[in-house]
Amino acid sequence: MSQADSIHTLSLKGIHDGVHTGKFSVMEATDAYLDRIERFNPELNAYITVTRESAQAQAVDIDNRIRKGELTGAMAGVPYSLKDLFCSEGVRTTCASNMLSNFISPYDAHVAAKLKAAGGVLLGKNNMDEFAMGSSNETSAFGNVCNPWDTTKVPGGSSGGGAATIAARLAPMTLGTDTGGSIRQPASFCNITGIKPTYGRISRYGMIAFASSLDQCGPMAPSAEDCAITMNIIAGLDSRDSTSVDLPVPDYTANLNGSLEGLRIGLPKEFFAEGLDAQVGAVIDRAIKEFQAKGAIIKEVTLPNSHLAVPVYYVVAPAECSSNLSRFDGVRFGHRCENPKDLMDLYERSRWEGFGDEVKRRIMIGTYALSAGYYDAYYLKAQQVRRLIKQDFEAAFKDVDVIMGPSCPTTAFGIGAKKDDPIAMYLEDLYTIPVSLAGLPGMTFPIGFAADGLPVGMQLVGNYFEEARMLNIAHQYQQWTDWHTQVPAQFA
Amino acid sequence: MAISEAEVKKVARLARLAVPDDRLEAYTQNLSNILNLVDQLSAVDTTGVEPMAHPLDMMQRLREDVVTETSHREKYQSVAPEVEDGLYLVPKVLE
Amino acid sequence: MEWETVIGLEIHAQLATNSKIFSGSSTAYGAEPNTQANLVDLGMPGVLPVLNKKAVELAIRLGLAIDAEIAPRSIFARKNYFYPDSPKGYQISQYELPIVGLGHMDIQLENGDTKRIGITRAHLEEDAGKSLHEDFQGQTGIDLNRAGTPLLEIVSEPDMRNAKEAVAYMKKLHALVRYLGVGDGNMQEGSFRCDANVSVRRPGAEFGTRAEIKNLNSFKFIERAINHEVERQIDIIESGGKVVQETRLYDPDKDETRSMRSKEDANDYRYFPDPDLLPVEITPADIEAVRATMPELPDAKKQRFMAEYALTAYDASLLTLSREVADYFEAVAQGCGDAKLAANWVNGEVSKTLADNEMEIAAVPVSSAALIELLKRIQDNTVSNKIARDVFAAMWNGEGSADAIIDKKGLKQITDTSAIEAVIDEIIANNPGQVAEYRSGKDKLFGFFVGQAMRASKGKANPNTLNDILKQKLEG
Ligand SMILES: [Mg+2]
Ligand SMILES: [Zn+2]
Repeated sequence: MSQADSIHTLSLKGIHDGVHTGKFSVMEATDAYLDRIERFNPELNAYITVTRESAQAQAVDIDNRIRKGELTGAMAGVPYSLKDLFCSEGVRTTCASNMLSNFISPYDAHVAAKLKAAGGVLLGKNNMDEFAMGSSNETSAFGNVCNPWDTTKVPGGSSGGGAATIAARLAPMTLGTDTGGSIRQPASFCNITGIKPTYGRISRYGMIAFASSLDQCGPMAPSAEDCAITMNIIAGLDSRDSTSVDLPVPDYTANLNGSLEGLRIGLPKEFFAEGLDAQVGAVIDRAIKEFQAKGAIIKEVTLPNSHLAVPVYYVVAPAECSSNLSRFDGVRFGHRCENPKDLMDLYERSRWEGFGDEVKRRIMIGTYALSAGYYDAYYLKAQQVRRLIKQDFEAAFKDVDVIMGPSCPTTAFGIGAKKDDPIAMYLEDLYTIPVSLAGLPGMTFPIGFAADGLPVGMQLVGNYFEEARMLNIAHQYQQWTDWHTQVPAQFA
Repeated sequence: MAISEAEVKKVARLARLAVPDDRLEAYTQNLSNILNLVDQLSAVDTTGVEPMAHPLDMMQRLREDVVTETSHREKYQSVAPEVEDGLYLVPKVLE
Repeated sequence: MEWETVIGLEIHAQLATNSKIFSGSSTAYGAEPNTQANLVDLGMPGVLPVLNKKAVELAIRLGLAIDAEIAPRSIFARKNYFYPDSPKGYQISQYELPIVGLGHMDIQLENGDTKRIGITRAHLEEDAGKSLHEDFQGQTGIDLNRAGTPLLEIVSEPDMRNAKEAVAYMKKLHALVRYLGVGDGNMQEGSFRCDANVSVRRPGAEFGTRAEIKNLNSFKFIERAINHEVERQIDIIESGGKVVQETRLYDPDKDETRSMRSKEDANDYRYFPDPDLLPVEITPADIEAVRATMPELPDAKKQRFMAEYALTAYDASLLTLSREVADYFEAVAQGCGDAKLAANWVNGEVSKTLADNEMEIAAVPVSSAALIELLKRIQDNTVSNKIARDVFAAMWNGEGSADAIIDKKGLKQITDTSAIEAVIDEIIANNPGQVAEYRSGKDKLFGFFVGQAMRASKGKANPNTLNDILKQKLEG
């Protein structure tokens, strides 16, 4: 077996060390992943665009710069992919929508520029739910994505392409976005690690907006350590995003080995109630006991308004998206209908043709919730309940250091199973949405497999800006378990 | 709360979406279901609760008044459906 | 039966910033289309707004000048509507919690009375782009250079009762905006524009239904448009109809207002707080920092001019209409030491000539120093006030300094009594009839002799000396 055949089994650190010690070149690492993508992507549909040529050109350049000693950082020479809603200059950025199927972004998103400057190699752009609206990656205009653990199942969404990419090792790391669970839920379905940092921790500049007060970018990778390395590159203040936070960025890799002795873990009783699949519950319980065995203190906490999170979310997110997506009007970029007869026709047909059904449903709900006579009853009410949800967490964090529970009520469901039932689909995000509404950091890491053979992820919720502590906890768990290193046999 | 087909039409117009007649019923049904889900909120007592527009209690950072941009018109217009003489074209706007 | 007009104005003042309100693009006027439209101004997918500090400071500045409360916490909102000159499909504006709250401004009425006009609020917002209706194969061209230009929208209470008051208010606000350096007030370039809400009612009755007239970018148009609109509304009501609430566009070419049906559909703006922009906090220290840089305000300056220079209220208010005129006047008054003379000249010859030439004081070809030199020649009797006006005209035309012109044209006043006596003797000799009439009591003829004598001296005779000698000789 040649070196190239095992590069995909390496961690970010392994790849970095490999290229910096001359075990293999950046080009070899890049080609290894490009070859895997070519081989496996047709089955998974995890990539919308593969940037083979520019990746190879970047690899040549980075190889040179590493040799000259110009690039030494932790991402130098490491390939990665991006969810297809991060603008990447000169590369097609579609948001998995017909609206942007030919949109070549004229600029780089903040995080894309950061990874580029750090010497990473962009392999391509991952499939996703259209405009990040969905929990199964079935709303993509570029076709659904298959879960590598069972290709008849969905990978989750909206960062479903990214989750499948990491699970099948078609990239060692990708960036996803999470508005109501879009990193955590697919991470759970695909047996990978993903973190949605505190709202404001990472700049949203260049991330095509779904719901601006909720959207947050984060890394998805096999391990917590890989996520920590990535966080070091992408976190921090960006003057172009008014909501990005001006707080010092810790070294996320520095405290990965902190002890869990005395860690107070809160279990929200509402997350273990009716609705949680018993098989999933059993896996969660087992993992909690492992933490307890390592010296953690387990406490029950309550989030009494968490059951209202889904309804709040389905007002707030559509309201914001209805406005955010108004810029897609067929004038300056994006899809334009044929032969518009007047301005109204241009708008109405371009938008009808460009957007898929789920996106249009949400635009309409949001428009309705903001319109005269409904604003107070829907939008304002939702904002008030949103505060109640945040206050629940604030109260809980008085007694505990972190909160743990399931990321999702079930394991990955079948492709098509919930496609025609938006409400059933929305309830998938029952446990992740409250965290998003509060703006808290949330994370998923693999903790085993349910009786159906599909992976289960643990959701870990930290207090504001406590990403380092969360990464430490997940990393420690990954020191005594190997769930996160498991790959479906056919993609090993 | 159920939404009527007429209301859906009105909302679609506001949102500039040309819903064809044969899709109106399906949309109305879906939107009504979503509104039913959302209606749980009406029962919550929110007296005195301040609405929350942002997850963090932060104030805005301001930027200095400095021109930092130069023209990239050709590049930005390369993704435009229709331009002429540096202008974006749309069907005639009547005032 | 009598009708009462009720007018409220919404004035958009472009703020004097270098860059746009939410992006680093230039706000300079007149660039090639779309060369000052960057990613943020174009509303490209993924971009975000970042607020310009200077725009906030300028808003505070105006707020302080109208005695308004500055909001300690103010919120940006999205106003959602589709229009090709609005690239994001929404305008970032302020709705609840605008930066400037309730204030007021006093205007001078024609009869000399002062009237207080309430100002409801002033809020920051971004301007839209421009639609060019030239024919591009039946299409409209969109230029987004102006999109994102910072505006302060100043909303008055419905306190004005006729078009003249509205014009007085707008002029006063215009002067204030320029005084403060808040904006350049250039109306041709659209930096100062007005929408007028107009309704009519029976005196004392409830407000009538109002129409909003858009696109008023000159003092002349606003007066005409309001008067037209008032007539239109009265005609409708008197013929049994009802005024509909609508937006009307004033067309200066046709001198009429017409309904803007195109905007009717977009009435539900779905305002909500912009999730991309956090609340803006303004501390008392921020306000004091702005206050420390405030220039003397027009009303305070007017009071000072009246006290310090013993000017009439009328003179003082004319001189304080613009900061540049006030500065010019003060330089002249101090230079020549006679404020009344300076005021007469600045409000008289200088303003008149500027107006005749459609020029602003900034472009005046006769500097304050040059005018001082001329006024000194009046004060030392080198020229009369009347001759000085001719000298001023020559100075305006660039013929040189006051002294040079007086010299070159031989305009020096004749103060030599013997020369004047000779002139007068000759006139008395040539007009025996008039002399006889005068001496028999027809006093009014004195003016006739003054005129004759002045003409004979080519206007150079010192008028006081001439009067004295003439009186003496005629009585004699
Ligand atoms: Mg207005
Ligand atoms: Zn406005």
